[in-house]
Amino acid sequence: MTSALQQLIARLRSELGNSAVITDPATLRTYECDGLTNFRATPGVVVLPRDAYEVRDVVRACRDFSVPFVARGSGTGLSGGSMPSTEGVLIVTSRLNKILEVDAANRRAILEPGVFNSTISEAARPHQLYYAPDPSSQQICSIGGNVAENSGGAHCLKYGFTVHHVTGLEVCTPDGELVQLGAGLAAEAPGYDLTGVFIGSEGTLGIATKVFVRLLRIPESVVTILAGFRTIEQAGATVAAIVSAGLTPSAMEIMDALAISAAELAVDCRYPAGAGAVLIVEVDGPAAEVAAEADAVDELCRANQAFEIRVAADAAERAELWRGRKSAFAAVGRISPDYLVQDGVVPRTALASVLTEIEGIAAEHGIRVANVFHAGDGNLHPLVLYDAAIPGAAEAAETVSAEILARCLTHGGSITGEHGVGVEKARFMTDMFSADDLASMQLIRCAFDPDGLSNPGKVFPTPRICGEPPRQRATVRTESDAVVW
Amino acid sequence: MNDDIGIALATACGSEALVRAAGSADTVGGRTPGWVVAPGTVEALAAVMRTCTEQELTVVARGEGTKLDWGQPPSTVDVLLDTGRLAGIYHHYSDDLVVTVGAGTPVRSVQAVLSRSGQRLAIDPPSSDATIGGVLATGEAGPLRLGHGMPKDQLLGIEFVRPDGVIAHAGGRVVKNVAGYDLGKLMCGSFGTLGIITAATFRLQPVPAARAWVTRTVATPLEVRDLADAVLGSPLTPAAIEVDLPPLSDAPAIPHQRSDSDVPGIGTLAILLEGSTDGVEHRVATMVALLGGDATPHSGPPEWWGRYPFEPNAISLKIAAPMADLHAAVYALRDAVGALVAVRGSAGVGVVHAALPSNGAEAGVIDIVRHTLIARGGSCVVLDAPAGAREVLDMWGPVPGIGLMRAVKQQFDPRRRLAPGRFVGGI
Repeated sequence: MTSALQQLIARLRSELGNSAVITDPATLRTYECDGLTNFRATPGVVVLPRDAYEVRDVVRACRDFSVPFVARGSGTGLSGGSMPSTEGVLIVTSRLNKILEVDAANRRAILEPGVFNSTISEAARPHQLYYAPDPSSQQICSIGGNVAENSGGAHCLKYGFTVHHVTGLEVCTPDGELVQLGAGLAAEAPGYDLTGVFIGSEGTLGIATKVFVRLLRIPESVVTILAGFRTIEQAGATVAAIVSAGLTPSAMEIMDALAISAAELAVDCRYPAGAGAVLIVEVDGPAAEVAAEADAVDELCRANQAFEIRVAADAAERAELWRGRKSAFAAVGRISPDYLVQDGVVPRTALASVLTEIEGIAAEHGIRVANVFHAGDGNLHPLVLYDAAIPGAAEAAETVSAEILARCLTHGGSITGEHGVGVEKARFMTDMFSADDLASMQLIRCAFDPDGLSNPGKVFPTPRICGEPPRQRATVRTESDAVVW
Repeated sequence: MNDDIGIALATACGSEALVRAAGSADTVGGRTPGWVVAPGTVEALAAVMRTCTEQELTVVARGEGTKLDWGQPPSTVDVLLDTGRLAGIYHHYSDDLVVTVGAGTPVRSVQAVLSRSGQRLAIDPPSSDATIGGVLATGEAGPLRLGHGMPKDQLLGIEFVRPDGVIAHAGGRVVKNVAGYDLGKLMCGSFGTLGIITAATFRLQPVPAARAWVTRTVATPLEVRDLADAVLGSPLTPAAIEVDLPPLSDAPAIPHQRSDSDVPGIGTLAILLEGSTDGVEHRVATMVALLGGDATPHSGPPEWWGRYPFEPNAISLKIAAPMADLHAAVYALRDAVGALVAVRGSAGVGVVHAALPSNGAEAGVIDIVRHTLIARGGSCVVLDAPAGAREVLDMWGPVPGIGLMRAVKQQFDPRRRLAPGRFVGGI
């Protein structure tokens, strides 16, 4: 342990008390990774601040000792975005878990960063309101983590991502100021959209300490349709037909035969027997629109040779149809000792061809790939299955996973649709962006964090040396920057 | 071109024909630039930017110029960079519902092309001649913002040129993508102070099968707020909720204030519903019942729909208030002016526009309105003002996070070449 870190720990203990500062090696190890378990590092120290001021105190201490810090919410991220630094501080926001206000009149909720995603909708429900983004970890993932990753979910096809639902933030900047960004209760505010830039910056621009979210009216009607197809091509063609018919479902999800078989083993979801693919389509909105839209979806499923169609009309039936899909990632553990979850995007029209290519890549390396994806927005989640006990299998799985990403880019897609770049994909950023593009992005980093203390080593393959001397910035900062609540 | 700088700019553009001396039609907030340059490619634009850096010239970008006077007048403008030649549909990925267009393309041209495929871009700026670049750079939004968000929310990817002449991209051409920082969000609403937007990729929508409007007369701002709240609380999912509150006919005339309404003194609330033919018919009937009063269905919008309540060079305000306080913002404005100022805009999101009388009292009025709004979490921006007034008014007002914004400007444009002084806090 560096002496800077030792001095820092002493300061944190005196400022926050012993109960907020964890240095016990066994406990530290429980924080060594997030949902991406093959990237691990034991943090130098874990701090559990109780409010925004304590977050600020920790960040100021890190700044004073030039020690890097990483923020962590619930640790459900899938790209290693909150992987700690061994010589740094892990700031865990789980104690900042208060819903500060549900403002029904303004259709906003004001939240501390540690509030769980699904808790927001539960609190809003008495007002017939809900929070739309619904990542599959929504029962335990935190809104602060959602902000950092710009999380999506099955329903972002219609409703958009975290960035479309957050109207303002209070953030702790890397030099230890609490700053308000964005409009909050209003719809817009003058100035650069730093809220939009901060969301999805994966913890590299500071820590969100307060989040303003938009709440939507709960839809009057929801219909969920599950269709079984003999082939995945038929399911894909149905999705294309639904999009070109001008229909706007809230979700369209496909699972292939391997993913279905895993889900059957894990949760006994009893999807149509013999299905080569299952398509789940959900439509929601005013009752006057939903019935007709559901009929149109049904018709298009039949036109594309669906051999079985189930329709859920109430919440219990809907949960039943979704059960297999929601369990898919974990279920794969039933058919393979180890697996990698990939997250790539292709234009929707390229779905069929990229699935064929994935099949080819998998066959070439003798690796099985199960496919689960958000078909409506072209977001693939290939699950690359392997057995780490077999020599070379892990490497082969890595190769397959990387080749799939390369194919996504060949089709004009993206290396990540919702899991983020984190540590896992920083090396692929140069395949998607030019050096000039990445340097331009890092200008933002230099403006927020010239010393590179906030979540270093994430997102960008090579850190930029900030052109302006860091202290020069102080000459343009003003007191109005610091917001005292 | 017979001056050295003109020749250098022409060389950068690759043609003398693309550079000319600026004239009286080229002023920016009252400042007359030296040259107007209209590069034909992004590479030429980048070369122009490098020349401007070498020659220490300041640059303001212009599309159709519909909002060129918005913001604080820049301290200097040497080069007016016209994006008119960076126009056209570069790619229309029709089956993917994605389009890439040049920044200089008028929004309505984009819509005209898309409509042939039964598609649209959910951007409906009140400036009907506006270009894609102009709409993005100023964050100009129309009625559809309630149902579909701001122009920045339609954006998937962006190309822009930095002040140092580097061409940069962010985002992509797929509808879901979280790789890298979202520089598109940063460029949107930045008024050309960080870079020059040259192309943009957007998500598209199918044109709805049916659209219908329901209008209802309203007497007071409080009634507007309450009705908008009832509509938002209903499951009818309106695409837009707009309001027009014209001035009283015997109120003192405000120069440049526009009134397109038939009955002065009585306002109108108008709701847009979009969807399937049958669905919209049902929802319209329910909406008429919900609104009560004289609620009436229409197949087209009211005449004032999606238009500003002011002419160019009026003292033009944009007021953003939390929904629950929308009426309070309008009352504060009218009390401060002492007259029934015309107010029009997106009642469903709490953003409305108004014109102030230019009588020397405007700075005081704006202070009072800002004070009321800021206390409630809102804001009041002066978009435009007559020559003279715009020199003395604080067009933007106080902005939270200004220190970080200055730091961002310092990184992108350390020598302040782009529209210096036009944006918030003197940026």
